[in-house]
Amino acid sequence: MAASSREHVLSLYRLLLKESKKFPSYNYRTYALRRVRDAFRENRTVEDPKVVEELVKRARDGLALIQRQKWSSIIPTIGLRQVKLPACTASVSGVHRCVCVRVCCSVCGGVC
Amino acid sequence: MMNRTLSRKLLGSMCGISNPRLSFAQSAVNTVQREKELIKSRELEKDEPRPLYMDFQATTPMDPRVLDAMLPYQVNYYGNPHSRTHAYGWESESAMEKARKQVADLIGADPREIVFTSGATESNNMSIKGVARFYKAKKKHIVTTQTEHKCVLDSCRIMEAEGFDVTYLPVKNNGLIDLKQLEETIRPDTSLVSIMTVNNEIGVKQPIKEIGHLCRSKNVFFHTDAAQAVGKIPINVNDWKVDLMSISGHKLYGPKGIGALYLRRRPRIRIEPLQSGGGQERGLRSGTVPTPLAVGLGAACEIAQQELEYDHKHVTVLANRLVQKIMAAIPDVVLNGDPDQRYPGCVNLSFAYVEGESLLMALKDVALSSGSACTSASLEPSYVLRAIGTDEDLAHSSIRFGIGRFTTEDEVDYTVEKCVQQVKRLREMSPLWEMVQEGIDIKSIKWTQH
Repeated sequence: MAASSREHVLSLYRLLLKESKKFPSYNYRTYALRRVRDAFRENRTVEDPKVVEELVKRARDGLALIQRQKWSSIIPTIGLRQVKLPACTASVSGVHRCVCVRVCCSVCGGVC
Repeated sequence: MMNRTLSRKLLGSMCGISNPRLSFAQSAVNTVQREKELIKSRELEKDEPRPLYMDFQATTPMDPRVLDAMLPYQVNYYGNPHSRTHAYGWESESAMEKARKQVADLIGADPREIVFTSGATESNNMSIKGVARFYKAKKKHIVTTQTEHKCVLDSCRIMEAEGFDVTYLPVKNNGLIDLKQLEETIRPDTSLVSIMTVNNEIGVKQPIKEIGHLCRSKNVFFHTDAAQAVGKIPINVNDWKVDLMSISGHKLYGPKGIGALYLRRRPRIRIEPLQSGGGQERGLRSGTVPTPLAVGLGAACEIAQQELEYDHKHVTVLANRLVQKIMAAIPDVVLNGDPDQRYPGCVNLSFAYVEGESLLMALKDVALSSGSACTSASLEPSYVLRAIGTDEDLAHSSIRFGIGRFTTEDEVDYTVEKCVQQVKRLREMSPLWEMVQEGIDIKSIKWTQH
């Protein structure tokens, strides 16, 4: 089915990762990235079209959720900076383009 | 009047305190209270970075999926679930019932066996006081352990004042109870045995299945405080033969202010309600059920069920990493509690020759605790550590690291690095450490001359 074609799933994956990187909170961002990556990797070999469709639907719901929730968590975190972890290098990269620049620029992201 | 002011001034000058109104005893208490606040609470400054959160046993951040489920019920569907006459009530009620089913599914129960409460403390109070009072005509004995949560111990103390016999079972050095001892302690007039599933301070997992079977065979009700265990280890109340179980919302990435109590229907357990009112929750806990919080709890339980294996694996990997890295880097570190029968996410380490409070102050970039949140205000070492037989000095130097769903490897590495660095620094300053390095046996020293 076209909706569950390989390209569609891959574009969904890329979109999910792109949206997950926009979470201002370090913990939510790293969790979302890790969970999305692991979930897609785990289900890489699933063949049954019904199961695939179910998983794609879940991914799409997840995407909508992240798009909603990243906004609801931006407002209370204005001015929120977290301890700079030495292992993270991508602190000011192109992906951290978000409304509150003060929030993101000094927060390290767990970029995958 | 003149005499009163004169005598006050005299009293003040005798006690050497500036405020003549306080008596000597009161001033002594005040100095102790001032000394207690070694770690002063203060608001974070404007641009000060927030510490890393490593205290998942105290509370957990809400999962974004839980917040997503709760928001509609906070904003739009705000009806009272007990209103029977309009759509606002009906939709609220159906959401509440859906949440009840989600909670029940996580622990293997029937939705009719779940009662929403304001948290695990209320559930514990309801269980202990409710069961004891209901069956008090013939049964007067309660059994619990020394490592229970404060609310359980306090409820038992109240029951003692009401005329019940309470036995506080000791635990072995690894934190587990002795089943033989439990069997001997149960009397024909025992109404309730209350033992927590996973301890919040040392992370030890009790053999609940064996205890449940034992209690069922002796016809005694079994209550377990599963606040730290629900959503983290697989639970089935029928396999475990548990009659009452307390669940806390904010320990499994749900909202604060909600919990649940599981009450078995077959064989039926009855309790005397603590909170009287309009008869909500089958008369057991009157009061409007907070729909958004209940929905949040339900969503948290559903997510926990789906993510249980994944989270457990993640937490185990990180906990092993933490413990192994710390133990490899510095000597004389003790892991409190049984190394196998535990929930990996709660790591309680004792650093010898280092004071716990000063280590916490040094690790100000990481949010940690020594002991549990409810006992952290006092200077006494935690009673749980005392119950497992830790030496006084090791008990004072214990830190609890909490690892959860949102902890990352980088956070663990940073915590390890900082911890090792600070422990080394504090030990350099410690005269005890110097003596140990020279080979003197600390325990053989006589500290007092008289």
